[in-house]
Amino acid sequence: MDQAENIIEVRNLKIDFHTYAGEVKAIRDVSFDLRKGETLAIVGESGSGKSVTTRSLMGLLAPNAEIKGGSIMFHGEDIIKKSEKDMQHIRGKDIAMIFQDPMTSLDPTMRIGMQIAEPLMKHKGLKKKEAIAQALEMLKLVGITDPEGRINDYPYQFSGGMRQRIVIAIALVCYPEVLIADEPTTALDVTIQAQILDLMKDLQNRINTSIIFITHDLGVVAGMADRVAVMYAGKIVEYGTVDEIFFNPQHPYTWGLLNSMPTLDTASGSLSAIPGTPPDLLDPPVGDAFAARSDYAMKIDTEQEPPFFKVSDTHYAATWLLHPDAPKVTPPAEIVRRQKKFAAMQKPASPVKPAAAKE
Amino acid sequence: MRKYLLKRIFYLILTLFIVATATFFLMKLMPGTPLQNEAKLTPSEKAAILAQYGLDKPVWMQYFIYIGGIFKGSLGLSFQFSDQAVSYLIGSRMGPSMQLGGQAMVIGVVFGIILGAVGAIRKDTWADRIATIISILGIAVPSFVLAILLQFYLGLKTGWFPVAGWQGFLYTILPTLALAASPLAETARFIRTDMVDVLSSDYIELARAKGLSKFGIVYHHALRNSLIPMVTLIGPLAAALMTGSMVVENIFSVPGIGEQFVKSILVNDYPTIMGVTIFYSALLCVLLLLTDIIYGIIDPRIRLSGNGD
Amino acid sequence: MADNPKEYQIQPGDFAPLDKQAGPDNEHIAAPSLTFGQDVWRRLKSNKTAFTSFIILVLLFLMAFGGRAIYHQNPNEQAPRYANLPPKIPGVNLPGFNGHIKQSGQDVDAYAQAGAGKDVHYILGTDYLGRDLLARIMYGTRISLEIALIATLIDLGIGVTFGIISGWKGGRVDLFMQRIIEILSSVPSLVVMVLMATAFQKTGMASIIAALALINWTTMARLTRAQTLQLKNQDFILAARTLGESAPKIAWKHLLPNLSSVIIIQTMFTIPNAIFFEAFLSYIGIGISSPQASLGTLINDGQKNFQFLPYQMWYPAIVLIILMLAFNLLGDGMRDAFDPKSKR
Repeated sequence: MDQAENIIEVRNLKIDFHTYAGEVKAIRDVSFDLRKGETLAIVGESGSGKSVTTRSLMGLLAPNAEIKGGSIMFHGEDIIKKSEKDMQHIRGKDIAMIFQDPMTSLDPTMRIGMQIAEPLMKHKGLKKKEAIAQALEMLKLVGITDPEGRINDYPYQFSGGMRQRIVIAIALVCYPEVLIADEPTTALDVTIQAQILDLMKDLQNRINTSIIFITHDLGVVAGMADRVAVMYAGKIVEYGTVDEIFFNPQHPYTWGLLNSMPTLDTASGSLSAIPGTPPDLLDPPVGDAFAARSDYAMKIDTEQEPPFFKVSDTHYAATWLLHPDAPKVTPPAEIVRRQKKFAAMQKPASPVKPAAAKE
Repeated sequence: MRKYLLKRIFYLILTLFIVATATFFLMKLMPGTPLQNEAKLTPSEKAAILAQYGLDKPVWMQYFIYIGGIFKGSLGLSFQFSDQAVSYLIGSRMGPSMQLGGQAMVIGVVFGIILGAVGAIRKDTWADRIATIISILGIAVPSFVLAILLQFYLGLKTGWFPVAGWQGFLYTILPTLALAASPLAETARFIRTDMVDVLSSDYIELARAKGLSKFGIVYHHALRNSLIPMVTLIGPLAAALMTGSMVVENIFSVPGIGEQFVKSILVNDYPTIMGVTIFYSALLCVLLLLTDIIYGIIDPRIRLSGNGD
Repeated sequence: MADNPKEYQIQPGDFAPLDKQAGPDNEHIAAPSLTFGQDVWRRLKSNKTAFTSFIILVLLFLMAFGGRAIYHQNPNEQAPRYANLPPKIPGVNLPGFNGHIKQSGQDVDAYAQAGAGKDVHYILGTDYLGRDLLARIMYGTRISLEIALIATLIDLGIGVTFGIISGWKGGRVDLFMQRIIEILSSVPSLVVMVLMATAFQKTGMASIIAALALINWTTMARLTRAQTLQLKNQDFILAARTLGESAPKIAWKHLLPNLSSVIIIQTMFTIPNAIFFEAFLSYIGIGISSPQASLGTLINDGQKNFQFLPYQMWYPAIVLIILMLAFNLLGDGMRDAFDPKSKR
């Protein structure tokens, strides 16, 4: 991975939600970078904070959310400190977003051409006619057949997959530097999913945008992402390149995720769910939040929060298992199989044993 | 669409037929003929009067004559004003009622939309609270109480507006205000609930993600989506206005249908009661039909229902 | 970006594996578990407006149904000598409650003028027949509430049964039943009521109750039907059907409990509606007739003297408005409390 420049740098982000039950600590000290032209996948269960994190990039947090600390640097400026008016000039122009459910994310009463043209008129100051003309180009680009005939149609006249293409067209019409895709394929049929993912990859190459791809589906990540960050209970617990996360995972939670994902060569019967439920973030647990659900928990996991341990230059994981004094544990069989594969992949370059890859 | 329309019109006629029948027999159950008011009549005079109203014939014949008459636009003769046809009575009193109803509807709906939208956009602020208080008062204060209060405090005590009568625009202001309260409240509540829903919908989130301004989002996306279902409110609002007009017209001595209706009830003028009932029902039926047609036209989701995905 | 792990000094035994049994319970749910009813009640209590409305309603009910136990005045006892006396509370010298009125610009003690003794006082004054207004308002409120509650109960019975049958049976039965509702709701409800009340005049409360019940149930039926349609295809109902439970039993055991929130909320709006229409009918003179009184007739009576003795209309009107407000606000509160979406 070449060291491209960072477009977005998130540092020590903390976000609370005020609810009637109390303060929910939804994001607890999250830091990550987004590089130019890359696709960063953020993976985690529902409620892990992945959507909240990205919404804060857009300045679109719910009214009862409060940013407690940290910074989000975009072009050298902190987005958190920007006013709503300033954010309006960034949203849709520099940072755009695709939502989960294409069936509900289009205005049912507005023609789709106009919906695509709206950001152009707002950000580029185009007249309606020019904007509609560009919207037509965009419709072609996202692969709507007969775009001339359909530009004046209403959303209900399109299928789910087609609507998601239109949502993508809206997001990309201003050629944003960053595209946030919040589970863009979750609501779609599996066959349509692949089409939409291909389309996003294709468009990314054409307009050179960076993508933050949020999903709970690791299967989607493999073909899509350059780098992966795994989130759990409002924190990033492990991040690395897609190969490192898939074939040399270090955090027991990542093991659990991979273990519950079927692949073509999964041994029969080895698919297993992660027991238990995520912790209540009203009162986050001390130490490693995953300890309660982990088969590999140690005494220290319930007392001290694990720092990030470096696995490689691009790969870090926050688990005490990587501490030099920690006992060596054997991951689940499926993970061992993956790590072997990883070792084989690495061999020509450097003969490092995966578990001992720390300094 | 044409088939649908024909079906709807058939049901409309069926409804009116049932209403007319039910009204007719209900009224037949009641004591009282035009004679009760004039007790000292000779038998021949009585027979003449009964014949004038067609009451000398058997009930089933009266029924068919009545129903037949409706198709010719006749609703019989009024008991109270013995030489007047009910249809003429209604016709001559339609003007003031329509004017009042129209004015009240426009004022109520326009201010109701504003109130409701402000409440939804500024949800949980003092502006929302004031809007809510106004709309809940509009529902809680009955039109007849409001009318009496307006008449006394803005009419009699201050002399700003005429107390009663029907001699020009100035005379319409107080009754219009009294009538407008209920549609205003209903509209405001409807729009607020609806718009709160709309504002939390995904497509508003997407509009925000496009970088549109708050005003742009409300004007281009939220308002249109909240106003479309409001069309369905036309029927209930019209019904509420009919209800209101009965007392409000009475209190302000407006020569409208509502005032006549209450008078007819109090003097047992059955033909007029029946006539106004059928008239009100027909009006409401037509409005409901129009509502459905308009809704189909302006809501793109319904326009081609079935041909969607 | 990596924090260095130096801040913490590793203790011996830190890396001992955790005993799973002794470890934190991974299925633990932190929020206390509440039954649905408890949850609704708690949320209702936290809604100040709705809770205040509830208290006010309780007080009004107490006043209407139990008031005579404390305030013994007969609401129908006429005392023509003391007609149209303003409110007077002994020992209180507030304008409006001291028995004085303005007569042609002068402050006059109306009680002295009527030759009333020192012990004569009417807290809210008297009406044109010298009847005690407070007693009449208490009585009128009771009649209004009785009519509204009985009519609502009948509405409930008809509407819910109709709605469940219509939604459950589906097909032709549903179509036919929907037509009936459609026809009924395209007649202005007030017109139906007026017709009913006129047709069965002088039968007193019964005719009004019948008139109110006949028209108001359609909304309830429509809501119940919509809910039933939704519930009908849910798994727990399907399971009950598969197990061979009879339709009435399913309706009673499974449908009704799930419909209850919709029914309760709608009831909270049906009651004030019935109160309003009763007052309306009585106001235009085809409702309750004397010697019975309801809030509507009291307002009608009071209105005649409004110019000179405004209190005669104001007090019954205020009670009516408060009743309507409280029911509507409580209804709003209930709707929010029952709505799981509004959990905050």
